[in-house]
Amino acid sequence: MLGFIAARLVKAVFILLAILVLNFVLIHAAPGDPAAVMAGEAGAADEKFLQDLRERFGLDQPFAMQLWTYMRGAVQLDLGYSYRQQMPVAELIWDRLPATLLLTATAFVISIVLGVTAGVLAAQAQGTWWDTLISAVALIFYATPLFWVALMASLLFSVVLGWLPGFGYQTIGANYTGLDRVLDVGKHLILPASTLGLFFTAIYMRMTRASMLEVSRLDFVKTARAKGLRNSVIQRRHVLRNALLPVITLAGLQAGQIVGGAVLTETVFAWPGIGRLMFEAISQRDYNVILGVFFISAAMVLLFNLVTDILYGIVDPRIRIAT
Amino acid sequence: MTLLSVDDLSIALPKGADRELAVKDVSFTLEKGEILCIVGESGSGKSMSANALMGLLPEGVRSAGGTIMFGGRNLLDLSETEMLSLRGCEISMIFQEPLSALNPLMRIGDQIAEVFEAHDLLTPRTRRARALELLQEVGLPDPETTIRAYPFQLSGGQRQRVVIAMALALEPQILVADEPTTALDVTTQAQILDLIEELRRKRGMAVLFITHDFGVVADIADRVIVMQSGEVVEAGVADTVLLTPTHPYTRALLDAIPGLAFTGTPRAATEGKPILSVRDLSMTFRTRTSGFFAKPRVVRAVKDVSFDLQKGETIGIVGESGSGKSTLGRCLARLLTPEKGVVKIGGQDISHIKGRALHAHRRRIQMVFQDPFSSLNPRARIGTILTDGLIAYGSDKASARARAAELLTLVDLDPSAMERYPHEFSGGQRQRVGIARALALEPEVIIADEAVSALDVSIQAQVLDLLADLKDRLNLSMIFITHDLRVASQVCDRIIVMQRGEMVEFGPLVQVLGDPQTVYTQSLLDAIPGKAHEKALAAQKEAAL
Repeated sequence: MLGFIAARLVKAVFILLAILVLNFVLIHAAPGDPAAVMAGEAGAADEKFLQDLRERFGLDQPFAMQLWTYMRGAVQLDLGYSYRQQMPVAELIWDRLPATLLLTATAFVISIVLGVTAGVLAAQAQGTWWDTLISAVALIFYATPLFWVALMASLLFSVVLGWLPGFGYQTIGANYTGLDRVLDVGKHLILPASTLGLFFTAIYMRMTRASMLEVSRLDFVKTARAKGLRNSVIQRRHVLRNALLPVITLAGLQAGQIVGGAVLTETVFAWPGIGRLMFEAISQRDYNVILGVFFISAAMVLLFNLVTDILYGIVDPRIRIAT
Repeated sequence: MTLLSVDDLSIALPKGADRELAVKDVSFTLEKGEILCIVGESGSGKSMSANALMGLLPEGVRSAGGTIMFGGRNLLDLSETEMLSLRGCEISMIFQEPLSALNPLMRIGDQIAEVFEAHDLLTPRTRRARALELLQEVGLPDPETTIRAYPFQLSGGQRQRVVIAMALALEPQILVADEPTTALDVTTQAQILDLIEELRRKRGMAVLFITHDFGVVADIADRVIVMQSGEVVEAGVADTVLLTPTHPYTRALLDAIPGLAFTGTPRAATEGKPILSVRDLSMTFRTRTSGFFAKPRVVRAVKDVSFDLQKGETIGIVGESGSGKSTLGRCLARLLTPEKGVVKIGGQDISHIKGRALHAHRRRIQMVFQDPFSSLNPRARIGTILTDGLIAYGSDKASARARAAELLTLVDLDPSAMERYPHEFSGGQRQRVGIARALALEPEVIIADEAVSALDVSIQAQVLDLLADLKDRLNLSMIFITHDLRVASQVCDRIIVMQRGEMVEFGPLVQVLGDPQTVYTQSLLDAIPGKAHEKALAAQKEAAL
């Protein structure tokens, strides 16, 4: 098992390096000159000024040299400097990362817990109106654009009912500490996390339902029944455990999507995470920040995948022992 | 003493099934300590009857009359809770597929302990101790290791022993065994039958044994019930039913059993240029496990196999599962590229050719596969299935369709079958389509990989007849892969016996099966069920003369 994890980690490092190069190449292949953008914003677009900017930021260097400089910095976690925010990119990201991790992790947990529970219930009630109802509700959340659900949720629970704060990470100016602070952030978290989570719930629900029904037909479930085990025990111990294997695989694949979905959610709810940072950076052509955010989100997806692999190994002895 | 008595049991199928009742007015009794066999082909209702005893009918299927009396109660009237306390405790059941009958994610010990837990018996510690005793009793080597193992770490036979151990845990009065040896190799089957017999003797347990194999019946049954389309057509003491069957269906079934007889004159090995010539063929599988420094798992599936196939000859390749016989067949058909060795067809080495050369060669060797259900594309009409190959080799559509119609007639199907889909046909008919497909390209060699193993005996006999007939008419050369020596003895001229990838014996049929030179071949022969019956049958014939 340890060898298995070590091998995955080594692979992850190589993938990360490849992603760094690819991002850098892509950004440079896109039309536009960052020096021109900066100069434009400074209101001074003469050739001398542009040249100065290029020299200052190393933009006059050959492409390979620029890549080398960037890579060398990146492995030391120096992701460059944001001209717009006048701050190192790494610092910008570190400031925002905890908020994003909190949001995506909560949404991830919500989608899996809700999705699996709903899937189990629907499978038990296969063919009844319960089954149809659960599937329909899940599908509605899946089919509706995320930003629209976010806006409506904000409108209903925050503006109309006034139950929950509609934006932000914490109450500004309240300066809570300790438990009060946790509760305050938690309250702010409910709307964005459930909006993001509900979108993904449908996928887990469908998968769990299909997988439960498939496993129920397998021979070992018949064996379990022949032993005289109660149905609840059979469903939990024999059916659900086996049915979760494909759900875990799916969760690993969906992790990337949830990071992507966070961009929309963070923008609508003014959640100060890297999703919103990326949104702002793109509209401002802040290349270094864009590159940095790409890099960090890639790293997050890889991390989620690694966790999935390890989890899979823990659940399935065929993987744990055979490797 | 009558333990269980079934009277006029009927079981209704859901609407839209091919018939209304799966089981109709079935009656029988089960005595203490006896083995009662229910025999029949697929769809005869034998498994349904067994499932009804356990209250484990599939969804949508329900009992539609009759009684099942056990311990003074009618099992059909019991609530689910009452059935729960009975299942595994008074009546237990074992199933056909040992590979899938155990939960892949749970340790063996936990799965056995679960039986006690289900009935709130013993403490966790004593459950484990009992599990160890049970594993010992069903003859598993090293119970201490087995109890901690996961199912995938055990072989098919070992898993079936575990399933039996679970079924015996609470010393039930009745053991229902639904085709428990069908998925096993003959040698393993013989061991499991011995085990069931021994446990019956030691514990005085009654066994209801469901099977399609009269050989197995002859070996273990005290009494037999023969079922056809949901009804009992014949019942009686095993020897009487087997030797003097009264119902025509029973007689037909008994006649269809391939005997281990070397009938017919073996084709003299024609000298001259062989059509297929194999030299030192080897195939090794390497599975890379993850981890950079982990050693890859190496399985030497085929080791240095050499033989010549003459024009018009059939060579049988026999052996247990895992002996490498299918891998060998796939290497010859170039579905796999052999690791080393030479495969010459008509003088040309095809073992490592690629691209165009391989494409040109493909039509010369064709395969018939085991499973008639998964070997035909369910979304393609029979016409498409048969003409695909011809069109790929440049035939125009019209002449390909004309040829397909001819082929269907050749395998005794109506040419109108072209417009229909595979699911509209029975297993036997599909296997005929599979044979027609293999013949479509007029191959020089046909490889039949367990081509009749998935079929009922009566259908199996028909397909074997068809193959024999085609072989004569078209002078086909064939490699016939099978685990069943009786089937091999019906169709093969020469036999290759394989064990762990190696050819342990090769020679004319009469020599290999009549005078085996290795212990392994002898053990395969010894394990064939129903030999005592065959002797009795021969004696009966002799007496009649």
